Formats: sequence, C-alpha cells, structure tokens
Amino acid sequence: MRYSAFRIFREGLTGNKGWKPVWREPDPKPEYDIVIVGGGGHGLATAYYLAKEFGMRNIAVLEKGWIGSGNIGRNTTIIRSNYMLPGNEPFYEMSLKLWEGLEQDFNYNAMISQRSILNLFHSDAQRDAFVRRGNAMMLAGADAELADADQLRSELPFLDFDNARFPIKGGLYQRRGGTVRHDAVAWGYARGADSRGVDIIQNCEVTGFDIENGRCTGVQTSRGAIRAKKVAVCVAGSSGRVMEKAGMRLPIESHVLQAFVTEGLKPVIPGVITFGAGHFYVSQSDKGGLVFGGDLDGYNSYAQRGNLPVVEDVAEGGMAIMPMIGRARLLRSWGGIMDMSMDGSPFIDKTGVEGLYFNGGWCYGGFKATPASGFCYAHLLAKDEPHPTATQMRLDRFVAGNLIDEKGMGNQPNLH
Amino acid sequence: MIINHPLLGPRDAAEFIYLGDAALIDRPDWQAEDAMQQFHDYAYLRDNPAGPHQELWYHEQGDRSWLVVTRDTTTHDITDVQLARDVARSRGRDK
Repeated sequence: MRYSAFRIFREGLTGNKGWKPVWREPDPKPEYDIVIVGGGGHGLATAYYLAKEFGMRNIAVLEKGWIGSGNIGRNTTIIRSNYMLPGNEPFYEMSLKLWEGLEQDFNYNAMISQRSILNLFHSDAQRDAFVRRGNAMMLAGADAELADADQLRSELPFLDFDNARFPIKGGLYQRRGGTVRHDAVAWGYARGADSRGVDIIQNCEVTGFDIENGRCTGVQTSRGAIRAKKVAVCVAGSSGRVMEKAGMRLPIESHVLQAFVTEGLKPVIPGVITFGAGHFYVSQSDKGGLVFGGDLDGYNSYAQRGNLPVVEDVAEGGMAIMPMIGRARLLRSWGGIMDMSMDGSPFIDKTGVEGLYFNGGWCYGGFKATPASGFCYAHLLAKDEPHPTATQMRLDRFVAGNLIDEKGMGNQPNLH
Repeated sequence: MIINHPLLGPRDAAEFIYLGDAALIDRPDWQAEDAMQQFHDYAYLRDNPAGPHQELWYHEQGDRSWLVVTRDTTTHDITDVQLARDVARSRGRDK
C-alpha cells in the first residue's frame, strides 16, 4: 500500500477500514542468505538497502524484543553532519543527504525537520577550533556557517550571553541539521524491507553463533536454529554481550546516557542548540516538549537508567545557558546504553570469523548515522568490500594506530 | 551510587573518577615476544560484561586512593570494594 494524501482522503471517507498492518509477522525459515541480528534502526536500514539497492531478498532480521525497542526509541532525534576527520565526515554527510531524501524514498512520514543545529563557543581558541571544523565540513560537501554573538543575540535572545564562566562569543551553525521522528524511521525501514520480502522476526533472541573452522554458518535462537550464508550483527549497546557469544572481545565499553523531556510548551526554541562546554544540548519536539541531555554517567552500565549526579549536572548546564527553562517541569527521563568505542568512532567491518560481520561502536552518534550505516553495511554484506565512505571504520584500526579520534581523548571511552 | 570506601566508609560516587576495567592493573610484560599484541589488547580490548564487573575508581575529592569496586553493570549494585594497592599486591605486584 502506498501512502499519499489521496489515500488519507479516501480512507477518511470510507471509515478508515482499508489500512493494513505495515509488516508481516512470519515464522523463521530454516535458512537465509543473510541473517541480520538486531531489529533496530541500523538493522532495519541494512535490510532495506540490501533489498532495495543491492537486489537481495532472502534476508531475515532477528529482534530480541519488538523492532525499534532499543536506541532508536531512546535517543534525542538529532541529525547533523558536523564532524571533522576524513574517516568520519564524508560518511555523516552521506547520511544527512540520505535523510533529506528518506521520506520520498521509503514513502513514510518520518517528520524530518531541518531546523538547524548550533554549537556555541565561548573563547577565541574555541572559535578557532570551530572555524577549522566548519572548513572541514565544507570540504566534505556539508554546510557550515559561523555566527557571531550579535547575530545570535537577535536570533536566540533567551540565551545567557553574559554568563560569567561561559560568555557566548558565537556559534557554528549547520542549517541542514535538525530532528526526525525517531520511531517512524524504524517503522518506515521495516515496512520498506518487509514489502520487498525481508522476514522481520520479533521476539527472537540470538543465543549463540554456529562457528566451525573459523566460519560462521548460522545462529541459535530462542525460536530454533537458523542457517545463514552471512550473519550480520547490528546490536549497538549490547555488542559486548552478543559478540561474547562468538568468543570475541571488542574495543568497546557499554555506558549509559540519559535524556530528558519537559511538559509541552509553546514554540520557544527554533532549532537544536548545544552547549558543549556545559554538557547540555536541547531541542523542542513538535509536541512542544523540550528534549535535552548531557554527558554520559561515566561508568560501564547495561541498566538503561542513570543516576542523580548527572541529572543535576544536566539541569545546571541548562539553567546556566538558558535560564528561561527553569520554570518548565520535567516530564520524563530515561537512559540508553551506548557502545562507547576506544576512539569515539564506529565500526562497520568483517570480523576474524568468515561470514560474521559487525556493525557497532556508535557511541552517542548512532541515530543520525542510521541511513548511512544501513547503506554502508548493506554494501559490505553484498559486495564484501567497504563502502568508500566507511573504509576507515575497521575493527583492527587500533593495531596500526589509525584511530578516528575526533576529540583526541585516546582509549578512555567515557570521555568521548 | 554509594561506594563503601575501605578506609573512609560510605561515600557518594560523585566524589570519584571512573577509569574502567580493573584488568588495567595487570600491565603486560614489555619485554615479551608478543608485547605489541599484548599491549594492544591491554589498551583497547575489554570484556565489557553484563553482570558483575571489577573496575577502578579514583577518590579524587577524598583521600586520592584508587579502589577496585565490584559492581553489577545491570543493576549498579556494589558488592565489594578494596584498595587497588591491596589487589595489586595480592596479584604479585610490588606496589
């Protein structure tokens, strides 16, 4: 079924009886060409692009819970491509371009809103660093725009420009950045994959990998064994515990990142605003809630909930830069589990086991990467060679010292 | 989280800085044949378990001791706290 304005009109006149479930609920077949482990945004995007761009059909996506129940349902919905390093920036810019065409591509309303993202700076040195980043972005074909304090005063008068510790000297805009209705991304990809014959199998937990003589031949699941020519793991957040079943240690720690939303307010914040120096970023959802977050809690966790010191830290950051939010009441807070890699950058690569592929290590940048991650992973699975924008996202890059370390923090995952 | 410091008693975890897996105590032998590989594994690879995890915490806003804390990563329950010095010595290190 193709969605359109005409369709809504017709269904409205006929009692909305024509809407059908958006994907099937098939039982697993005994064998597939490709089994994707993990029915989150990246796994579903991978299945979608494998079917649509690379002509593969005999694919299953296995999901432990319900699709989209992991980090694609727990993020703060921001899209952007304001990275700097050559191993990252072209990839994220490709992702942003895919976002721009996504709704037409998969015929699903993901409420993509390019309302801009702004990174604030507070000193000459920080401005120089942002100018450099903006130039790197433009070299990769992205947009970047430096704004001085006067411009920001007129555009965002509610910020505390004369904060004693972090006076606002300006900011780096990416006007094409913005927000997306996150769940709709999972649903849109699932629908697009399902309609091309991909089996999406929910409530199917992978309990082990069948590895013989250095070759992966399938997976054991809570719904029986499934053979596969290729097994593609795509479970960021849980990579540690899933790849442990394949006997693999990773350059990853799992950490918890909290996010918050207030009660609905009238429109007050036009785009996404980040106050990196104070560990705070915020946007306003279409429903009116202020969606914001800050830093990691800082210790290994699989608990999907954080602790109070970070709640306090984020609230202080928000009050410091944007005192007007002090009267908004917090509606919810939640935590998501991040694969924090040793250099803050992700992996899309083969593993040491033939037929076993790995996608993970997304740190807190997984959501914006969803389309390109799916596309590049599909490319790797279909052609057995990396997509040109993802050649550096290798699992073995630490052996040779080819880190993609945007922040220059080294192997301290809770600082990236 | 409250960390029960062996010398100071219960302290707020916010007083501490987190480093990571306590396996970092076991520094490889730099003269070993495969020292390059061992140091790569030591510096970059992690067990990252979902469950009990031994980890290093530094009491920065306190007595500046390093602790080995055993904590469940699925519940944040802390079951054991020792001075890192004692743990290192029990594993044959001289300090």
